[in-house]
Amino acid sequence: MSIKHLGEYRDPEIARGLIEGIRKTCKTCRRPICLMEVCGTHTVSIFRNDIRSVLPEGISLISGPGCPVCVTDQGEIDAFVDIAGMDNTIIATFGDLMRVPGSRSSLQQQRAEGRDIRVVYSSMDALDMAAGNPEKKVIFLGVGFETTAPTVAASLLLAEERGLDNYYVLSAHKLVPPALSGLMANRKVRTDGFILPGHVSVIIGANAYRPLVEQYRIPCAIAGFEPVDILQAIYGLVRQMEDHTARLENTYKRAVSADGNVKALNLMHEIFETVDASWRGIGIIPASGLKIRKRFAAHDAQEAFSIKIPAAREIKGCSCGEILTGIMTPPECPLYKKVCTPENPVGPCMVSSEGSCAAFYRYHRSGKDGAEGGVI
Amino acid sequence: MKTDTILLDHGSGGRLSHQLFTSLILPAFENPALSEMHDGAMVDMDGRRVAFSTDTYVVDPIFFPGGDIGDLAINGTVNDIAMCGATPLFLSVGFVLEEGLPLAHFGRILNSMRAAAERAGVKVVTGDTKVVPRSAADKIFVNTSGIGLIPEGVEISSNRARPGDEIILSGTIADHGATILIQREGLHFESAVTSDTAPLNHMVHNMLAVCPHVHVLRDPTRGGVGTALNEIAETSNVGIKIFEDRIPVRDDVSGICELLGLDPLYVANEGKLLAFVRPEDTNDVLTAIKKDSHGANACVIGEVLNDHQGRVYLETPVGGNRIVDMLTGEQLPRIC
Repeated sequence: MSIKHLGEYRDPEIARGLIEGIRKTCKTCRRPICLMEVCGTHTVSIFRNDIRSVLPEGISLISGPGCPVCVTDQGEIDAFVDIAGMDNTIIATFGDLMRVPGSRSSLQQQRAEGRDIRVVYSSMDALDMAAGNPEKKVIFLGVGFETTAPTVAASLLLAEERGLDNYYVLSAHKLVPPALSGLMANRKVRTDGFILPGHVSVIIGANAYRPLVEQYRIPCAIAGFEPVDILQAIYGLVRQMEDHTARLENTYKRAVSADGNVKALNLMHEIFETVDASWRGIGIIPASGLKIRKRFAAHDAQEAFSIKIPAAREIKGCSCGEILTGIMTPPECPLYKKVCTPENPVGPCMVSSEGSCAAFYRYHRSGKDGAEGGVI
Repeated sequence: MKTDTILLDHGSGGRLSHQLFTSLILPAFENPALSEMHDGAMVDMDGRRVAFSTDTYVVDPIFFPGGDIGDLAINGTVNDIAMCGATPLFLSVGFVLEEGLPLAHFGRILNSMRAAAERAGVKVVTGDTKVVPRSAADKIFVNTSGIGLIPEGVEISSNRARPGDEIILSGTIADHGATILIQREGLHFESAVTSDTAPLNHMVHNMLAVCPHVHVLRDPTRGGVGTALNEIAETSNVGIKIFEDRIPVRDDVSGICELLGLDPLYVANEGKLLAFVRPEDTNDVLTAIKKDSHGANACVIGEVLNDHQGRVYLETPVGGNRIVDMLTGEQLPRIC
């Protein structure tokens, strides 16, 4: 893989032009506009580039349920912590999950107490771990959206081919479009348009959002992650508001096609079936989760070890649910910065690098959207 | 969730490391030299001002593109002493070896240590070796300590940043951390990025020759430029502003960080320095740094503010300003 950065998507001149366009359009709009960035990577990019401060007063940005660790149900986290205690087991996990507090403990705490929990960057690393440790059970914690689910599917297929009977996946994968429909069905959610995730869209394709746009008549723009990408999506959305239309725009055409990555999608559907899933703080959303199909049950940790995912228990005072649906901003949560900090997180939104509470905490500044701090 | 055990986060160089130091280690040994929390201590010995520093190296893997645990250990302590404005002279070396370490590996590490000491112009004059059973250590841990003399008239300290000072960075950031991550995680990038491990004492010598009153020197190792600037802002009780588009990052390093969800500002460097100087000295110091082979990409990345004490701000390419906070926890890879 060769990597080259795309300077034009950070170009101050292009950015200024877009900001000017947004300002002009907003003037004619004459009403406050609230946009939701669904994806955690967008949340972080918006903070890192301080995009809020260059937008006109009338536009506010709220974060949505697009950080995979944040939407992982408390019951699922407890199950992860529980299986870490099984004998002869290696738990392979993405790093973000390590510090998420369960009801009693976290994976990080379990590792400090001697459990074998290893951070990996890909399910393929976990598969290699299974090959290298044939006497141990290797359980990969499958957390993520349509972006990661296909590679996990590929790892299960490979495990089958390579006869790695000691490789298991505990699937807590979730799907983005059903969650957006769930949000739209919730009357408390206040958003005038969606900045749609870039990575997820690369896999599922732009067309996957058409039912959402048509059913709820909500303006949508698929965006990349550089400042110019995000400004372009915002510009597109405010123009839709000005025109009183609701369209699906793809401002990330360099990566997202109409139909997405068909091969990856087919692989995902071959291994997983769609099931109802519980999202932290939001509750059950129909057909929004992925379960490993019966054919691959031998690698399904939930089946193989009869793991019961405990029913979600609300953490007292934690407003993760309201924050994940954009009903509340992090500083409006009574625990924010007082009880809940990145060193001592109460909820996952404060743990994950992509969680909106962690992003607010790290980049806090004064002004709009309830943030605080000093401006210079 | 409060913890009563040591977590890996305590070693990240970020906020938890800072807390561990200030709440447990500092009170145990409380004295003015330690309280300065500089890379090296500055103490008086019979009328001479001496810089003294120690560091322990546990890097994994022990061999990586651009260096190994050996030259890293020599350069690291040489640099800690150089950041006091001192000329490093003598080093000690302590080894903890794991049973089973191939002798050839140990030999290779010793060779690169000798070469690094020669490059820096320091002598290793004392040492110690211990061997522990398999899995009681990971291959090899190295400690180096060193002393050096601080020239007359040089007064460098983390608490000397002054409003109006300009901040010079000696080159690209995050090279070392990115190199180690690629190796450690077995990520298959086609990248020419190598560790920047290098001795900075000759560069510092040339800087002080043209400008003895440099205010602050710091090598932004673990925790990166972001953490180093925060510590300086706190210790000097000043605000700091830096400009994102002035901070040099290699294209491939930037791409790797992007893919792994890391902010290059918090990724480790092993051969870079930050210098705080009066604006009238900037040109001389910058020229001196650029003369050094490790300083070709040096530039001014920001300035010290009159207000916003203890805070570091970054101006973004779109013209916004955000706070650069101290690193919290291990920088974790992202998953989407």
